[in-house]
Amino acid sequence: MITGNFEYHQPSSVPEALALLSDLGDEARVIAGGHSLIPTMKLRLAMPEHLIDLQGIKELKNIDVSNGEVRIGAMTTQAELIGSDELFQAAPIIRETALQIADPQVRYMGTIGGNVANGDPGNDMPAVMQCLDATFLLQGPDGERSVAAREFYEAAYFTARDELEILTEIRFSACEGGYSYGKQKRKIGDYATAAAAVLLTKGADGSCTAASIALTNLADTPLYCADASSHLQSNGVSEDSIASAVASAMEQIEPVDDNRGPAEFKKHAAAIILTSTIRQAWARA
Amino acid sequence: MSATAETVQDRKAALKGLGTSRKRVEDARFTQGKGNYVDDIKLPDMLFGDFVRSQHAHARVISIDTSAAMALPGVVAVLTAADLEPLNLHWMPTLAGDKQMVLADGKVLFQGQEVAFVIAEDRYIAADAVDLVQVKYEELPVLVDPFKAELPDAPILREDIADAKEGAHGARRHPNHIFTWEQGDKPGTEAILSEAPVVAEEMVYYHRTHPCPMETCGSVASMDKVNGKLTLWGTFQAPHVVRTVASLLSGIAEHNIRVVSPDIGGGFGNKVGVYPGYVCSIVASIVTGKPVKWVEDRMENLSSTAFARDYWMNGKIAATEDGKILGLWCHTTADHGAFDACADPTKYPAGFMNICTGSYDIPTAYLAVDGIYTNKAPGGVAYRCSFRVTEAAYFIERMIEVLAIKLNMDAAELRAKNFIRKEQFPYQSALGWEYDSGDYHTAWNKALEAVGYKELREEQAKQVEEFKAGNTRKLMGIGLCHFTEIVGAGPVKNCDILGMGMFDSCEIRIHPTGSALARLGTISQGQGHATTFAQILATEIGISADDITIEEGDTDTAPYGLGTYGSRSTPVAGAATAMAGRKIRAKAQMIAAYLLEVHDNDIEWEVDRFVVKGAPERFKTMKEIAFASYTQAIPGVEPGLEAVSYYDPPNMTYPFGAYICVMDIDVDTGVSDVRKFYALDDCGTRINPMIIEGQVHGGLTEALAIAMGQEIAYDELGNIKTGTLMDFFIPTSWETPNYQTDFTETPSPHHPIGAKGVGESPNVGGVPAFSNAINDAFRAFGLTHTHMPHDHWRVWKTANKLGLHG
Amino acid sequence: MSKQTITLNVNGSSVSTEAEPRELLIHVLREQLEITGPHIGCETSHCGACTVEIDGMSVKSCTLFAVQAQGKEITTIEGLGDPDKLHVLQEKFKEHHGLQCGYCTPGMITRAHRLLEENPNPTEEDVRFGIAGNLCRCTGYQNIVKAVLAAADELNQSETAA
Repeated sequence: MITGNFEYHQPSSVPEALALLSDLGDEARVIAGGHSLIPTMKLRLAMPEHLIDLQGIKELKNIDVSNGEVRIGAMTTQAELIGSDELFQAAPIIRETALQIADPQVRYMGTIGGNVANGDPGNDMPAVMQCLDATFLLQGPDGERSVAAREFYEAAYFTARDELEILTEIRFSACEGGYSYGKQKRKIGDYATAAAAVLLTKGADGSCTAASIALTNLADTPLYCADASSHLQSNGVSEDSIASAVASAMEQIEPVDDNRGPAEFKKHAAAIILTSTIRQAWARA
Repeated sequence: MSATAETVQDRKAALKGLGTSRKRVEDARFTQGKGNYVDDIKLPDMLFGDFVRSQHAHARVISIDTSAAMALPGVVAVLTAADLEPLNLHWMPTLAGDKQMVLADGKVLFQGQEVAFVIAEDRYIAADAVDLVQVKYEELPVLVDPFKAELPDAPILREDIADAKEGAHGARRHPNHIFTWEQGDKPGTEAILSEAPVVAEEMVYYHRTHPCPMETCGSVASMDKVNGKLTLWGTFQAPHVVRTVASLLSGIAEHNIRVVSPDIGGGFGNKVGVYPGYVCSIVASIVTGKPVKWVEDRMENLSSTAFARDYWMNGKIAATEDGKILGLWCHTTADHGAFDACADPTKYPAGFMNICTGSYDIPTAYLAVDGIYTNKAPGGVAYRCSFRVTEAAYFIERMIEVLAIKLNMDAAELRAKNFIRKEQFPYQSALGWEYDSGDYHTAWNKALEAVGYKELREEQAKQVEEFKAGNTRKLMGIGLCHFTEIVGAGPVKNCDILGMGMFDSCEIRIHPTGSALARLGTISQGQGHATTFAQILATEIGISADDITIEEGDTDTAPYGLGTYGSRSTPVAGAATAMAGRKIRAKAQMIAAYLLEVHDNDIEWEVDRFVVKGAPERFKTMKEIAFASYTQAIPGVEPGLEAVSYYDPPNMTYPFGAYICVMDIDVDTGVSDVRKFYALDDCGTRINPMIIEGQVHGGLTEALAIAMGQEIAYDELGNIKTGTLMDFFIPTSWETPNYQTDFTETPSPHHPIGAKGVGESPNVGGVPAFSNAINDAFRAFGLTHTHMPHDHWRVWKTANKLGLHG
Repeated sequence: MSKQTITLNVNGSSVSTEAEPRELLIHVLREQLEITGPHIGCETSHCGACTVEIDGMSVKSCTLFAVQAQGKEITTIEGLGDPDKLHVLQEKFKEHHGLQCGYCTPGMITRAHRLLEENPNPTEEDVRFGIAGNLCRCTGYQNIVKAVLAAADELNQSETAA
C-alpha cells in the first residue's frame, strides 16, 4: 500500500497555504492529521500531486475560551481537545465525543478541522458541531467567510467549503446544561453504527429551556434534528416527549446497508441510541 | 534424610523442567525490538516483488500489457504466466492434492488472484509499476453460493479439470465438485434416524474467516548462481516441507536449497501452505540473479492467502426420550474457493471432521463432506485448529444444544448423560478414532461447580421473567461447551502431507562443559518452543533448561520435520525431544557406570545424575558425564554425547476441556457483553503452566473474534467486503474480557511424557461456548439456532424475528 | 520525484537521510535507518504495530510521511531500554508473559510507555482503553494489561523510594 508521488509543501502561515492552494489548483490537497487522507492515498483512491501540510501553521493550533465564546483552531488535535480543561468547562460534549473517536494514536494526530471539513458522514465531530450550532471559519483567495455547521454539509464528502478555501477555525458559544454523545460501534476504532449528540438545558422549574439534537452516520451528512429539538424545548423532557422527539428525528434518517448492518437495524439502533443519549443529557442537565 | 530429600527437590527446581512456569527465553529479543522477521531481512542488491491482482472474481484474461511498467525506471522485470510456463511453474500443487495457478493462466477465479509479478528496485517503484500493467478482462458469471455450484446454469470454474471424473480424493460428479468424503455407517445411521423416538435436525454454518496473524506472509529468495544454492527465508510453519516442494517445483536439488523460517509473527494456520508469492520470489531471484523480497500487505493477506472454515454442516441427531444419544448424521458442504488449498493430511480431505461425535458415546454415526469450488480465495486451512476440529466441535456442541431444546432438557445434564465414561478409554468412536484418554465427568462437574451453574440458571430464569414483564431489555445467555480435540498428527501409517509422513524430529548435542543444543523439525510462531522444549529436555537429561539452546527453522541445520500446526509440536516433536533425551541418558548411563566402576544395572537416574544403588554418595552428574564423553577413552562407547530421534506417534492425542461463558445481551442494540468466561483445559501433562494460560487467553480471544464478528464476506459479484482491519473484526483490549482458567490433568498414555498439546483448544472450545451463550439467551423465546457471527445486527435480527421488539 | 534530506532525532541521535516525500516514516525507520523494532501490520492505521513516539505523542508511523517528522524527536522500542538495563515495561512484559510471537510487542510497549507517562496510576480500565490502538492476536491482552499495571506499580515505588 504505497501512495502515488507528490510534492510536499509545508507553509508556515495561512496566507502562504492559500497562495499555494491557488497556485497549484486541483492537483493539490490540504493535509491536516492525515488519518483519513493518507489511507485513501495508500489505496490510490486519492492521488494528489501536491500535498499542503498545515501542521507548520502555529496559529491554527489553539483553544480559546473567552466571554462565553469558544474558538478552536482547525489543527487542534483530538488529544488536545481531550486534554483541555478549559474546553471541558465550556463544552464537555467535545471531550466525551473525542474519546469515542478512533484510538489513542489516531487522536494524537487527528485534528478537529480535518474531522469536520472532509465531509465523511462517519466522522463524529460534524454532528456535535451542528448540535453546538458552531460556525466554521473559511479562508480563501477572496478573504474570510463563515458558514454555520448546520449549513455546511451537502452530501458525503461534499461541503460548502470551496476547493481553494481552508477551514481555519471553529467557533461556538460555551454551553451550559446537560450533554451527551452516545455512539454504538463494533469496536474501538470503528465509525458509528449510529450516534447522537444531545444538549439540553433545564430551567429552575424543571422545564427544558434549550434543546439541540444531531445525529452521526445515519445519512450522507450529519443531521441536525430541528423538529426533535424544538419538540423537547416546547414540551419538556418526559418519556412521552422523548419518544415523540425520537420519532421525529427518525423521520430524517436515511441509513444505508453496510458491514455494520442493514438499514432496518440501524433505524432501530438509532432510536435506541438517541433515546438513551437524551436521557443521559437530561440527567446531567 | 530430610536434608537429602530437600537437595533432590532443589536440584529438580534448578532444572526448570516440566511443570515450571519458566519465563520465556525468546522475550529478551522481542521486548527490545530485536526479533528477526522476514521483512527485517535486508540483503545487498535486494529487489522487491509486488503483484498485479485481479479485481474480478471470475473473468477471462484477454491480454496483459507490461510495456508501460517495464518502461518505468527501476523496474527489472514483470512476470506473467507465459513467462512461468516454460519452467512449468505457472501452476503449482496445493497441499490438498489439487493444483493452483501461480499467475493467472487464461482466466482469474477470485478477486485478488495473482495475475502478474512486478520486480523492481524498491517497493515504491514496484507499487507504481503494478498500476501500469494493463490487463484486459472479459467478465464471466460469478459463482459464490456453493449450493448453486451444480445447478444447470452454473458457470464452470476450473476448465483445467472440467472433464476429470476423478480427483485427488475419488470420484467427481460435476466440474465444480471437488470430492465426496464419507465416513461411518450410512445405512445404520439412517435406520436409527427413522426409528428413533427423538430426532433433532439443524443446518449449522461455520462462516468463512481468516487466521490474520499480525505479520502477513512474505519471503526473500536468494539464488547464488556461483554456488548453485538457493536460500529462501519466509513465513513458513513447515520449512522442511517448503524445501521439498521448492525442490520438486524448481528442479533444484534439495541439498542446494536452504529454507529458513526466521521469527514468525503469528501463524495460526495462515503460514502452512505454499503461496504464489513464495514461488514468484524464487523465480524472480533465479531470473534476476539478485535476492528478491515479497511481502504481502494486509488486504492481500485477507483476500488471497489462506481462508478458514466455510462449512455448511447439516446435522441430524437421534436420541431416546430421556436423552441417550443413539446416532449422529452429518452432511457438510465445504466451500473451498477456487482451488482446494487445504493443508490436511492426504487421506483426510475434510481433515479430522470425523471427530464430530465430540465428547459423546454415540454408537452409530455417518459423515459425508462434499468439497465445492466457488469464485472465492482458495484455502480451507486449519485456523488455530487441527484440521477441521473447530468445525467438528462447533457442529456437535450446537447439535447437543439443539437436541436439548427438542428434549426440553438441561443442556449440561444432556452432555453429562452422554459423555464417554472414564472407564471406556481407550474408546473407539463410531467414525473411526481411538480416543486415548479422558475424564470428562470430572472436568465437567468441576466447571459447573466453579461457575455456580445451578444459580446461574436460576438467575437466567428470573431475568426472562423480568424481560417478559417489561422491566429489562437485557437477556442472559449461558454458553456451555465440552470439547474433545484430536491433535498431534500423526501416525505415519495414516498421516502424510504430499507423501511426507507426519513424524517429527529432535537432534541433541551435549557440549563438553555440560550445556546443550537441541534442534527440532518444528518452528515456533509465538508458542515459546525455545522455552518449553528446553524444559522437556531438562527433565529428561538433568541439564538446566537455562543451559539448553533450542533451534528450529533452518533446514540446513535442523532435522527434517513436518512443522508446527494442528497442535502437533508438543505431541510429536515434544515426544521426539523426550525420546532423543532418553537416548542421551542411555549412553550417559554406560559412561557413568564406567566412571563409577560398576555395572550399568547398578546405577540409577536421579534428577541430574546417575547414582550407585545403595551408595548415594557415589554418583556422576550429567555435566561430569558429558565432559568425560569428550575427554576420556571409554571402552565400547563412541566419543561425544549426541542423539537424534525421529518420532512416529502411535496415535493422536485427545485434549479436552469444559468451557462456560456467561453473556449479557441487549435485545435492542444487539450488543453483547461477556460477563464471565471459565475455561478448564485438560492437555495432559503440563509443561509450562504460564505458557498454557497464555495460549488459552489468546485462543479464547480469537474465538471471541470469530464468534462475535470476524468474517470474510463476499457480495454476489464475488467482491470481498471485509478486506481491511476496519471491517475484519479483531477485538482490541477494550472489547476483550478477562478469562478464568483452570485445569485437570489426564496424561496421554502413549506420549512419552503424557503431554497432549493445548494451543488450539481454546479456539476449538471457545467458539461454541460464545455462540451457545448467544443462542441460549433466546432459548426461552423459541430460538433453536442462529448462525454466527453474532455481531450486533445479526443478534438484533434474531431478536427481531422472535418478535422481541414489540 | 526528487528525494529530499530529512533530519530526524531518533532515540537521542540526530540522523539525516534522503527520502521521497511519499516515503512513510515506518519505511524510512526500518529500511534506511535499520530500526526494525516497529513493524508493519495493517497499513491502514488500525493495528498499532508501527507505533513510535514523536514529540510526546504515540503515533502510527505507517500513517505519517517521513518528511512530516522533519526535525522531530522520535523514540522507538530500541530507545526505551538497553540489554544491560531493560525498561521496567520490558521487564514486566517478560515477567507476566505479555507477549508471544513478539510482533505487536514493540508497538505495544512503546504505546504503554506513553500511557504511563501521561497516567502513572492507571486502573485496569484505563490501561485497556489506553492500549486499544494496538492489536494483539496471541495474548488476549490479559497478561499485557497485567504487565502494564505491574510496571506502573514498580515505577511508582521507585519514584517514592527516590
